Amino acid sequence: MVKEIEREGFPVVHVCTIVPISLTVGANRIIPAVAIPYPLGDPAKTPAEEYEIRKHLVEKSLKALQTEVSEQTVFND
Amino acid sequence: MSFRVVHYINQFFAGIGGEEKADHKPEIREGVVGPGQALQASLGDDATVVATVICGDGYFAENIDKALEEILALVTPYKPDLLVAGPAFNAGRYGTASGGVCAMVGEKLGIPTVTGMHPENPGVDMYRKNTYIVETADSARGLRKAVPVMAELGLKLLKKEALGTPAEEGYLEKGVRHNVFLSRIGAERAAEMLAKKLRGEEFVTEYPMPSFDRVAPAAPLKDLKNATIALVTSGGICPKHNPDHIEASSASKYGAYSIEDFDKLSCEDSETAHGGYDPTYANDDPNRVLPVDVLRDMEKQGVFKKLYGTYFTTVGNGTPVANAKRFGAEIAKKLKADGVDAVILTST
Repeated sequence: MVKEIEREGFPVVHVCTIVPISLTVGANRIIPAVAIPYPLGDPAKTPAEEYEIRKHLVEKSLKALQTEVSEQTVFND
Repeated sequence: MSFRVVHYINQFFAGIGGEEKADHKPEIREGVVGPGQALQASLGDDATVVATVICGDGYFAENIDKALEEILALVTPYKPDLLVAGPAFNAGRYGTASGGVCAMVGEKLGIPTVTGMHPENPGVDMYRKNTYIVETADSARGLRKAVPVMAELGLKLLKKEALGTPAEEGYLEKGVRHNVFLSRIGAERAAEMLAKKLRGEEFVTEYPMPSFDRVAPAAPLKDLKNATIALVTSGGICPKHNPDHIEASSASKYGAYSIEDFDKLSCEDSETAHGGYDPTYANDDPNRVLPVDVLRDMEKQGVFKKLYGTYFTTVGNGTPVANAKRFGAEIAKKLKADGVDAVILTST
């Protein structure tokens, strides 16, 4: 899905937990997420802390969307 | 003397449990467990499954390097001559784990390894060069057919017998080329192939071209402040009770749902249709998969102009690549028609 959407010319950021699969599939902008059942959260934390984790990942995603890349790029912290 | 075989399986095939047990840490048990019985039956007297390593698919996928080290430490004392993993069919995490374990054990212990997967399993492209991957059906219905082929290939490798072509042996091409002598020169064979092609007849190429289906990265977003951002997910988030009945696995459709009136998602209005991970956390707070809350707040703060009013969703769980391609292409057309500038796609 990532690839077909990008084929239309949209920058797409893939927020996912299993980065190797995203690389194999062919996503170009990749943000490593927290865990499979909660990629953008962490039930062990308080709701406020969880929101911050999610906000951080979304901010990274928006930054990745604005970053010029020439090849598959994993945006680590 | 009977060869020693160690078998790798996931928590599901070990009978430990489904997604609620996917965080099961690596353990090893003497003898066969689950599909190991069929494997032992196919191996016969020539080889014995001395132990079975079990690891939860979620644990492996979230701790790949650590899990591999732990599994290697468990396997090594059993001094295997062969490691067999799976078969994993079209289960992505299980395929990744099976391929990863085969690749690592093969490299560190210097023994042959065999696994089994459906050709669309992402583990195939990741590990086809590092291990023998027998082609299987997409679900466990193919177990009876797959295991004897895996066992026979394993025995041939143990006995160092010459292997036939991947098609003859039933495994997916590793990308290894062997020199062979043929009675007719290349020019004759090529001309014959071309003639067949022109007549519309079947022919088999001697050198299939690799199909690198890559899409070049799109140009970055220039003006975030004036951008419309869309949300797409393969994590199965959908309105409560899954009104369009998106399948829990092997999805044949996607949904498009309005978030125009939502400041965030909640367990009151949304849930996940995904059958490939423990849904507890996504059902409790769907923003953990689809971050509507954060994006809505940023929109209000003017970080970007608009959160696109509809999100697109499907279940990425053994979903055929052809379906995923179709979903992606259709979604892209709609986004384009509505002037979306960039897309955040989340996966579980």
